Amino acid sequence: MTDVPDLQSQSDQQSQSDRHSPLHAEHLALDAVMVPFAGWLMPLRYSSDLAEHRCVRRAAGIFDLSHMGELRVEGAQAGAALDYALVGNLTAVPVGKARYTMICAADGGVIDDLVVYRTGAQAYLVVANASNAEVVFAELLARAAGFEASVTDESAQTALIAVQGPHAQRIVTAVTAAGDVDAVANLKYYTGLPATVAGVEALVARTGYTGEDGFELFVPAARAAELWRALLAAGEPAGLVPAGLSARDSLRLEAGMPLYGNELDRTTTPFEAGLGRVVKLDKVDADGAPLAFVGRGPLAARRSSPPARVLVGLEGLGRRAARHGFAVLAGVEKADVVVGHVTSGAPSPSLGHPIAMAYVTPELSAAGTLLAVDVRGRAEPVRVVALPFYRRPQ
Amino acid sequence: MSTFPADLSYTAEHEWLAQGDPVAFGITDTASEALGDIVYLELPAVGDEIVAGAVCGEIESTKSVSELFSPVSGTVVEVNQAAVDDPSLVNSDPYGAGWLLKATVTATGPLLSAAEYQVLTAG
Repeated sequence: MTDVPDLQSQSDQQSQSDRHSPLHAEHLALDAVMVPFAGWLMPLRYSSDLAEHRCVRRAAGIFDLSHMGELRVEGAQAGAALDYALVGNLTAVPVGKARYTMICAADGGVIDDLVVYRTGAQAYLVVANASNAEVVFAELLARAAGFEASVTDESAQTALIAVQGPHAQRIVTAVTAAGDVDAVANLKYYTGLPATVAGVEALVARTGYTGEDGFELFVPAARAAELWRALLAAGEPAGLVPAGLSARDSLRLEAGMPLYGNELDRTTTPFEAGLGRVVKLDKVDADGAPLAFVGRGPLAARRSSPPARVLVGLEGLGRRAARHGFAVLAGVEKADVVVGHVTSGAPSPSLGHPIAMAYVTPELSAAGTLLAVDVRGRAEPVRVVALPFYRRPQ
Repeated sequence: MSTFPADLSYTAEHEWLAQGDPVAFGITDTASEALGDIVYLELPAVGDEIVAGAVCGEIESTKSVSELFSPVSGTVVEVNQAAVDDPSLVNSDPYGAGWLLKATVTATGPLLSAAEYQVLTAG
């Protein structure tokens, strides 16, 4: 066998340098397999990747996302600073709502994809991927320099716990302070508010990365373990299980959600990824003049020119899964013609066949197009399908 | 916790090998735990020649793909169709119902005892 990680020595080496989540002791107590991820030691799985994935689809899962970056932007011009720094229109976001957006480089390449919560008239919480948290903080600091706005990195003091799945509302409201239950239960997708959960002051948001209903709870790191335990205990009758990064990845892939480093990177603009809608070229300043933002020129040019490659979904017609980096071929009979590459791929636990996301040339991107993927030297047939692969039953 | 049956031989590539000729082999408990949930097995067919130390199949889990190395040289006489149909058997019972292949033996590669393999996997 190859590729069997030496888990014991790996964790011995890694624990010297990798940061620990505030929930580290909880994961060890639950016998999680811990792996290094973006400079952190995080739970890969507690029991079984498939079981955790299925529990999130059928009941609920609880995830530790404390490795994510939390950056607070505050001040009279906090919104204006973010309008300049990011591709979205953040001054237009009402208090209590969230936006999926991106921070791009001057050439339009994606530095990170972000979720930004407006927590007050002059306050925003920017959530960045763990691998990019420091870069995003530095960029926001630099880009906000000309504005009356402060940028604070609160990642180290903040824990993030997600409860995702059809039973998430029942579980979260079971430990929510009586006065906050209705407000939490009535949260719409992509909204958030302060609430007391298991006695802990939290920002409770109806957001997630699984394709299911669910909540993300931002809490002080020092209070994370008591909230985690309270949620696990309250959720047990509803089938809640702890879920690791492996299930998180297969869930987001089925939901067709991009992962930075796979579908998005510095060489990609939001348009290739099919996410051009997040780029608000119609942003205007107080006088109605077009608003400058970092990357605007190249992004405007990109929007009006056809992309060289587009992100598509692929469903495997065989049983071998296409994985990150594999070549996409023009077809089983045209295996010598490379037409793109796979960005993410895995066997789909919910669908029972392999799925993948890939960049391909636009003329081959229509749903139904038959292509192939080079799976270790053999052309495996795949079909282009619309994203997402999985939609939760309404 | 991984188990290491004393009546089996092992390879550094995490295969186990029973006694006898033809001989049954599969992957160890340690390997199946490290791989996570196994969802697909690609195995040779009955009658195929296999070579000690050479790749004779693929084991795909939700997270990764591993090559299966043959611990012996010989000819495949039986493939565990039950495990091909339900690869989770390799996770649940790697030394029993999750065996992979049976082959006649003309030569064996370097093998380890259970104690030696346990030392190897303890890092």
